[in-house]
Amino acid sequence: MASGHVMKRVKYKTSVKDPGTPGVLKMSGDRIAFIPHNPNSASKLDVNFRSVKGHKNTKEGSNKPPWLNLTNDQGGSYIFEFESYPDMHICRDYVGKIIAKSGEPAKTAPAKPDMIAPDEQINTAELEVRIKLLREDSELQKLHKQLVIGGILTEAEFWATRKRLLEREYGNKRKQRVGFKSAMISDIKPATDGRTNRVTFSLTPEIILQIFAEKPAVHQAFLSFVPNKMTEMDFWTKYFRAEYLHSTKNAIAAAAEAAEDEELAIFLKHDDILAEEARRKIRRVDPTVNIEADQGDDYTHLPDHGIFCDEAKETSEPQYELYKRTLAHDINRHAAVVLEGRSVEVELEGTKTVAEALARSKQAEAANEDSAANADQEWLKRLSRLTEIEDLQAPHNHPVAPLCIKDPRDYFDSQQANAVKILGEDPLGTAKRKSAVNSNEAFGFLRECISQVKSVGLHDPIVKSKDALQVFNALAHDISRTKYDVGKISQESALDKLPSTTKEQILHHWASIQELLKHFWSSYPITTSYLYAKVDRLKEAMSQIYPQLEEIKKSVPANHKQQVSVLVRQMHQALDSAFQHYDADQQKRSAKSDQRLNGMRE
Amino acid sequence: MAPAPSKLYADDVSLLLVLLDTNPLFWSNCALPFSKFISHVLAFLNAFLRLHQLNQVVVIATGYNSCDYIYDSSSATSGSSGTGKMPVFCSKLLENLEEFVIRDEQLEKGGPGGGIASSLLSGALSMALCYIQRVFRSGPLHPHPRILCLHGSQDGPEQYVAIMNSIFSAQHSMVPIDSCYVGAQNSAFLQQASYITGGVYLKPQLLDGLFQYLSTVYATDLHSRGALQLPKSVGVDFRASYATFLLLIACLNFWSLPSGIIIISYSLSPLSVIRMSRCFCHKRTIDMGYICSVCLSIFCKHHKKCSTCGSVFGQQAQSDVASSSNKRKMSDS
Repeated sequence: MASGHVMKRVKYKTSVKDPGTPGVLKMSGDRIAFIPHNPNSASKLDVNFRSVKGHKNTKEGSNKPPWLNLTNDQGGSYIFEFESYPDMHICRDYVGKIIAKSGEPAKTAPAKPDMIAPDEQINTAELEVRIKLLREDSELQKLHKQLVIGGILTEAEFWATRKRLLEREYGNKRKQRVGFKSAMISDIKPATDGRTNRVTFSLTPEIILQIFAEKPAVHQAFLSFVPNKMTEMDFWTKYFRAEYLHSTKNAIAAAAEAAEDEELAIFLKHDDILAEEARRKIRRVDPTVNIEADQGDDYTHLPDHGIFCDEAKETSEPQYELYKRTLAHDINRHAAVVLEGRSVEVELEGTKTVAEALARSKQAEAANEDSAANADQEWLKRLSRLTEIEDLQAPHNHPVAPLCIKDPRDYFDSQQANAVKILGEDPLGTAKRKSAVNSNEAFGFLRECISQVKSVGLHDPIVKSKDALQVFNALAHDISRTKYDVGKISQESALDKLPSTTKEQILHHWASIQELLKHFWSSYPITTSYLYAKVDRLKEAMSQIYPQLEEIKKSVPANHKQQVSVLVRQMHQALDSAFQHYDADQQKRSAKSDQRLNGMRE
Repeated sequence: MAPAPSKLYADDVSLLLVLLDTNPLFWSNCALPFSKFISHVLAFLNAFLRLHQLNQVVVIATGYNSCDYIYDSSSATSGSSGTGKMPVFCSKLLENLEEFVIRDEQLEKGGPGGGIASSLLSGALSMALCYIQRVFRSGPLHPHPRILCLHGSQDGPEQYVAIMNSIFSAQHSMVPIDSCYVGAQNSAFLQQASYITGGVYLKPQLLDGLFQYLSTVYATDLHSRGALQLPKSVGVDFRASYATFLLLIACLNFWSLPSGIIIISYSLSPLSVIRMSRCFCHKRTIDMGYICSVCLSIFCKHHKKCSTCGSVFGQQAQSDVASSSNKRKMSDS
């Protein structure tokens, strides 16, 4: 088999961006060779298949050109762009066969060689979204556990049918930046152990980022002191000592301590960097930051409006002005930082990385500001006009194509005629009878009726008591007859009456049957051996569910038996039609191969 | 969505919108003469108005060429207690009805009845819904509205989409559509209307006892209905597949294929009757088939182009709406 060879016109690309060199791809035996049309071109290729470790290809129907990507054992890849998908498929199948052959001893190929799904590679972001979806939807998780971990479907197959779901989740995640918390950092409350005077502050990288953002001087100090001058532990101890001094509102004590300790003084004095930034910042509030309400906004229910501060002890002596920090300072600064948003997109790990990342982003910001200083006002105007704040927009739906039905009769007419025929009536006959009456006569007749009622008045009695009784009896009979019928009541579901375990079982089976059938039907027509294997797997799984349904039917209490059997019957029917199709297809296939054999014999 | 129930209007105050079929072609053939029919209806309306002093009745005539409001009890002047023959509101209603029939006749242009003699149900339903919307918007105080179709004419397939839209609109505003069908065959439109909106569909067997049917089944207010066992449709005729699809979208499993066609199969639905859905192409009854992803027509086999809306399916046509609309534009031009 592998001794055959394949020759196709392709473009060879060294990378995805590379426009490609036109030439001929030749695969024969265990070698792949690429000969460019231009003999001077450097991108010749002649490699052994043994160095090829895997292959990927673009999917037909996606807007990408037909690409085949062969990965080699050095981690590099060869990309070939084919002229058509059939060309690519031929080569892919060829490569697949060779790799399957040569890859077996090496064992580097994926665990299930018959399950190489196209484009199995996913990035971590997508993986995260998948995990999140599974965590949030227990039903999906159950299904995933049963089908994917049970080996009936591959991961890619499972998610391929849920692209919408993934996209929505992914789209949500990306667009708006996460803002800072509304709670202020001064609210970081120490934990006391109650026995000693020691207090413990627990700092998370997130809090640290917020402290750095709100207090550039602290940020500055951290960058210059840690770890050269003091340890991180000392730094934060000093910081909280300063915070404590502020909170006591004892400016005199603060001034005294600052005189002794110059590092501490940094934390106690007003932030110079802040003052500098402040004016620029006011003009550049970014309207796109999502200031989501959180618990910190619920100030009405918290003591002191949730702000950890005591404004009562105020000193107003001018010489201590430097060491005094008012609540208003804090609030304003906090508001400014929240509005600015979090421009740091690093994983919040160590304090050091946070500090550095913030510094970098500040620099970038400053650079931007300089260049765009003149256009400031205009920029702001344009921004406010162009930015749509997603929270406040109406849900963004896909473009809608208006339904254009040429003739609404198509919907109903044929069906109507058909139904009438079934009822044994001749629609043409009734139409003729109708048209026999002239419309003028008909109108005249109607008018006559009305004037008759007008002159004679209402019939007395309106209903004969005999008729009324008959009507009563008929209605009562009807009602008692339909009362206990299953599934005929529009507002009630038959499922609701079942015991909850049975209901859950049935719903779960239903979900998995649906999933399996979806994959089953979408595999037809079977064009590749991959699909063939998939259909086999699916059929196997479905035939396992079949007896399980029977089991449910047997296990339910007698009074629910009827409802359950109605439900189970429908599921069986859905499965049956799949099996039928499978068998018919199987027969067709074997007939075809028989024919081929016969043809060869003759 | 639902109007806030008013406190001053008790929950047993109703606004009844009666759609009266005045299709002359139907009445000239019906076993029940119109004079008898109207006197049953008038007696019923009278009884209904006496059930609660705040009850309100609006009668809309569903004609052959037009439809119109012919009576509104809220704007009627209460005064003399009638001529002795009938209550004053009845003679008022009859007067208006007569005028309406004359107007309707004047609109008649075409020669003697070609095609199906259906009346303008879609128009009447729309008028009723408009009236209800106006009531909803008049303020927090309003009676609980419901629609009662007293109908006899055949379904008019050309009105199909309009009627379905009205039905869904009624469902949306939580207005039940009751229907009492006095014609020969069941009306698929009204069956669906009542089914979807949670109303009652009834086809009286004994037309002489019409008043008894009306007063037994349709007189009670919506609040009391919760405590009553009313007749239920034994089999709803879901021939009109579009509605079936929208209605049972939760019960159906439908799968999108790469070709842009959706496969459906009816299963686990609370209704076994819907299994009689037929394909548009051969009118076969099918369990499983293809649905046009644009207009939801059902086909028993794969088609290149939808015969109803002209959308082109194919390998290239991805299921996104944009491309299919482009395709359609191309095919239209």
